[in-house]
Amino acid sequence: MAGTMIVDGKPVELNGEKNILEVARKAGVELPTFCYHSELSVYGACRMCLVELGNGQIVAGCSTPPRPGLEVKTTTPRVQKIRKMALELMLANHDRDCTTCEKNGNCKLQDLAHRFGIRQVRFGQRDIKVDIDDSSPALVRDPNKCILCGDCVRVCQEIQGIGVLDFAHRGSEMTVTPAFGKEMAEVDCVNCGQCAAVCPTGALVVKSQVEEVWQALHDPQKTVIVQIAPAVRVAVGETFGLEPGENTLGKLTAALRQMGFDKIFDTSFAADLTVMEEGTEFLTRLKNGENLPQFTSCCPAWVKYTEQYCPEMLDHLSTCRSPQQMFGSLAKKYYAKELNIKPGDMVVVSIMPCTAKKFEAQRPEFVTEGAQDVDFVLTTQEVVQMIRESGLDYPNLESDSLDMPFGFTSGGGIIFGVTGGVSEAVLRAAHYLLLGEELDQVNFTEVRGTEGLREAEIDVGGTKVRLAIVYGLAQAKHLLEELKAGRADYHLVEVMACPSGCVGGAGQPVGTNAEIRSARAQGIYTADKAQQLRKSYQNPLIEAVYEKWLGEPNGEAAHTALHTTYSERRRIQGDSISLGEDGEAKQVEVAVCVGTCCYLKGSYDVLQDLGRRLRGAHLEEDVDLKATFCFENCGSGINVKVGDTLYSGISPAKTGFIFDKITEALQSK
Amino acid sequence: MIKTAARLAAIRQEKQAALAKEKQRVLICAGTGCVANGSLKVYEELCKAVAEKGLSISVELESEENHSACSSEKNTAPGIAIKKSGCHGFCEKGPLVRIEPEGTLYVGVRPEDVADIATALAKKEVVERLLYRHPNTQETFALEEEIPFYRQQMRVALGNCGVIDPENIWEYIVKDGYAALAKALTEMSPEEVCNSVIESGLRGRGGGGFPTGRKWLLTRQAAGKQKYVICNGDEGDPGAFMDRSAMEGDPHRVIEGMIIAGYAIGADQGYVYMRAEYPLAVHRMQKALDDARGQGLLGEDILGSGFDFDITIMEGAGAFVCGEESALMASIEGKRGMPRPKPPFPAESGLWGCPTLINNVETFANIPPILIKGPAWFRGIGSSSSPGTKTFAITGEVANTGLIEVPMGKTLREIVFDIGGGIRNNGKFKAVQIGGPSGGCLTAEHLDLPLDFDSLRQVGAMIGSGGLVVMDEKTCIVEVARFFMNFTQNESCGKCVLCREGTRRMLGILQRIVDGEGALEDLDALQEIGEAVQEGSLCGLGKTAPNPVLTTMKYFREEYLAHVVEHRCPAGVCQGLKQYVIDPDKCKGCSKCARVCPVGAISGKVKEPFVIDPEKCIKCGACMEACRFGAVEEVA
Repeated sequence: MAGTMIVDGKPVELNGEKNILEVARKAGVELPTFCYHSELSVYGACRMCLVELGNGQIVAGCSTPPRPGLEVKTTTPRVQKIRKMALELMLANHDRDCTTCEKNGNCKLQDLAHRFGIRQVRFGQRDIKVDIDDSSPALVRDPNKCILCGDCVRVCQEIQGIGVLDFAHRGSEMTVTPAFGKEMAEVDCVNCGQCAAVCPTGALVVKSQVEEVWQALHDPQKTVIVQIAPAVRVAVGETFGLEPGENTLGKLTAALRQMGFDKIFDTSFAADLTVMEEGTEFLTRLKNGENLPQFTSCCPAWVKYTEQYCPEMLDHLSTCRSPQQMFGSLAKKYYAKELNIKPGDMVVVSIMPCTAKKFEAQRPEFVTEGAQDVDFVLTTQEVVQMIRESGLDYPNLESDSLDMPFGFTSGGGIIFGVTGGVSEAVLRAAHYLLLGEELDQVNFTEVRGTEGLREAEIDVGGTKVRLAIVYGLAQAKHLLEELKAGRADYHLVEVMACPSGCVGGAGQPVGTNAEIRSARAQGIYTADKAQQLRKSYQNPLIEAVYEKWLGEPNGEAAHTALHTTYSERRRIQGDSISLGEDGEAKQVEVAVCVGTCCYLKGSYDVLQDLGRRLRGAHLEEDVDLKATFCFENCGSGINVKVGDTLYSGISPAKTGFIFDKITEALQSK
Repeated sequence: MIKTAARLAAIRQEKQAALAKEKQRVLICAGTGCVANGSLKVYEELCKAVAEKGLSISVELESEENHSACSSEKNTAPGIAIKKSGCHGFCEKGPLVRIEPEGTLYVGVRPEDVADIATALAKKEVVERLLYRHPNTQETFALEEEIPFYRQQMRVALGNCGVIDPENIWEYIVKDGYAALAKALTEMSPEEVCNSVIESGLRGRGGGGFPTGRKWLLTRQAAGKQKYVICNGDEGDPGAFMDRSAMEGDPHRVIEGMIIAGYAIGADQGYVYMRAEYPLAVHRMQKALDDARGQGLLGEDILGSGFDFDITIMEGAGAFVCGEESALMASIEGKRGMPRPKPPFPAESGLWGCPTLINNVETFANIPPILIKGPAWFRGIGSSSSPGTKTFAITGEVANTGLIEVPMGKTLREIVFDIGGGIRNNGKFKAVQIGGPSGGCLTAEHLDLPLDFDSLRQVGAMIGSGGLVVMDEKTCIVEVARFFMNFTQNESCGKCVLCREGTRRMLGILQRIVDGEGALEDLDALQEIGEAVQEGSLCGLGKTAPNPVLTTMKYFREEYLAHVVEHRCPAGVCQGLKQYVIDPDKCKGCSKCARVCPVGAISGKVKEPFVIDPEKCIKCGACMEACRFGAVEEVA
């Protein structure tokens, strides 16, 4: 809306701002807020951005649209009083152990309490202490620090389309929790960490492996090697006062060397390898017309998402391991041998912009001779902490160079750090991989950009290849629906869970926003341009690796070391609830789903009725009757499992049918 | 199926003629209150007794065609019809039995009274002992209309409540039911309907008092093809049951109001959002919807006008906050019932993002009479800024509790003393809590305040949905404030900081005060938090949650001070502030009290007066019960 608004007596031109908060920002006034994020829906709960209108009305800046002539005062005694009260009330219910908090120094609540000069909290201390959930390999959730701003709930729902977290209970009992009060590791969390990235306090933080890494570094038995992901190099500097997007790979290398890492390598090298493998795989699928579109598999959050929500399309996922895991596999399978050490004595550390990489590194399939291919994953935030702990003057460190044989990359390997990068790197190589010819074109700007979904059509050796590049799993979910419905048709789909790709990863420094992401992306493209070689296949180290160890792309050795398989994954884990007494000789197990869908259809009645029938027939000692959560067949509920057979579409009226199946099963024993 | 407005009018006449065979009509209240008191048994017994005497008649209205050959019992001469009706309002005295056309009202009727009633009916006599007797004057009243409780009332929204069988659509149709709808569909454009409502001056009865017609017009004018009508029946205030009674007693009226609204704004779908805790209301509304649909008054091509409209009932899951319109809509959408910031208002973007008209039950119930009798008639009732009537649920320490409907602008004195019959047991009036947990407290100084939207707002209270709790001097005002704060704290959705944390801390402070542990600075904190919550909360629930505390602090500051400074509860209610003492003159020194005291707070020598150590005493009262000489006393 055009026109002029008055903010604190000064006219401000309106130019499509969505709300008063944005207009005030334009006028140079940063209204305090916990729950407003321009990329999420307006929630209006923290009441910090209240302003007073000319008519004396008090409204929230985030949820009030601007209009010409509107007069707004941002710092009146009334709004100041309310803001301070809101802060004091929040603090009263907040675990105020700031000195030992992960977010100390990075906490919005701490910052605003400081900004507003809150010097006392009159309403006491938090009176209950809830257990901390550290079940997840990626995140730690401490409800005692939650201020219920709902940022995590909305980012998971709106950006990732999952909704792992939601509110439960009312009034002062309200909490943010995964379904059924389960732990994060037991539910459908894909570990993307965006919840932690938006959390204003220490209620959701990245799970740290800093201590484990120090221990490894201090262990003389261990050879500790480290790989640095592309997006990390353009973000570390921010925390030391450098500009977002400044590439400080040399300084980071120097810092890591000083900490005692034995070898320092580049994940971009492994990304070049991924291009060879994934590109070859794609061209084969394209030629044979199978399993198209091919989905990229670099993003572990996306892989887990597909396993959980779209198992019928798992064969569309590229079988390539992600660059992190390709690196780990090469290191443990081949490089350790070259160094003449056992895989167990080599510690592979990754420095990643990503929290889901922590989960990926722990996947059981990525093991060599009993040792995890990647032992520890540090996020950018954690490596910053190690640099601080080491007392290094990061901005003034003299650049150091990476080690060989995994310390050289093409520009193609670097751009993996930004959305569209994987696609572009593959496109740069596709012509060569298909026809063995060099192509002059290096930049494929069609696939670059900041929109959540981009489409392109590129000629590859005479075939028009249709690509879709997506970030945010909600967007990916929509795309999957379109594909399934036949409304979309692509050959290659690149998916990254985080906004703008890995540069916007949840492991990156706290306070990431669209502007910072875009600066980091720019930094990636600058680094790409500075590289002598831009195309992955040109990387001489890649050639060497194939010659020495792997044979040819997609060959047998490459397949064993660099590829993987996927399987359907339950969204809700954890024990089912046994209703009978323990320790008896149960012959048949009967599980009735009491997950939301089945419960609403009456599964609890089924459960009760079965219990009655079993007791009536004196079979309760032979049958282990259980309430369980979710057989992943929600549409056809009520689901009941008798022994190994799943019966669907059961209604309370059909309990007799299940009872007959139970007696049949007992007779056959 | 009734396919035209003309046919509806014709049928009405036919049914009216058929009903003329009923010489007398006995209406037994089957509202929730009377049912709980056993009115259904009274109904059964009376049916039997009257039938045995051969007096009964049952006019068959159900079938549309055989109206002329309406079946009746052989002996049609006396022709007494016995009906279950909706709430008569005088719940205090239920079960209620009303006899028409005379207008006799029997109160407190038990099944054992039925024989007498039947005999009296046969003899055209009145059972004197079942008539209402004024508690102070002992005067009895034969006619309902003469009873002080009813005398000053005026029934518009509840016009049919207690008069018709709510489960019979024909009884509604006979009472001009669906005539307003027929008029709207055949004689008026949607704009004209909106304008009529605007002209009537009707304001939203849910508490806000927003002009209804303007809301209709805004929703009509909002861009969007799909629009919705929602009836807010999520009445949750402690002690309020106006909406429940309207839906139980005259469901078709609410439905007719909604269909007219749908026509006026251009919607084809409506929702009634009701509390699941109102099973009878849900049942009657559902039956009414089915019957209306069965007669072509709901669904496709209503009365052959080409206008389609249907209504679905949504049952809430017991959250008070779902009475807030944006939370209510979230709940219908299957989401957690949490309010969202406004704007956008529902008229612009409501249910599923479509323009939505949301009105309260009572508001809809007012629509049909406005269209039939005209906006000027409606404007003539009540006060100029708040025309019409308002229903109130009057409870507490008042002699006559129940459901009333009065013209807006009646004074508190008229309601409490004339209609309500004054304070129970000749007690002294102390205050009234109006508008439930969102409302405020009014005191003796407000007794002559006319009750309407604007006058109440000026004194920091609100009409709310119309709950009226009357308190006498034995009520501790701090405890009342604590009670309401406990309610809002539990019912806060927890979304916004000020409401969630503010109400919790206010409750904590109030709890401390009634426990006898309050301090003077607690009052400042209450005031400070209360003002912040009032000004800064996201939704109406939060913005009004501090009202009971802030108004009682304003009008009864002395009582608060007594609690926090002198640690004394003037009303003698707060357990934590009570003290037990032994009167040395009465104490015989038997030591029984010392032996029953669970904490060893009583000491003394046998045959000499014992003493209670107030530091140790936990105020359990065991000593007082044990003492045979009445020597243990409770002091405030």
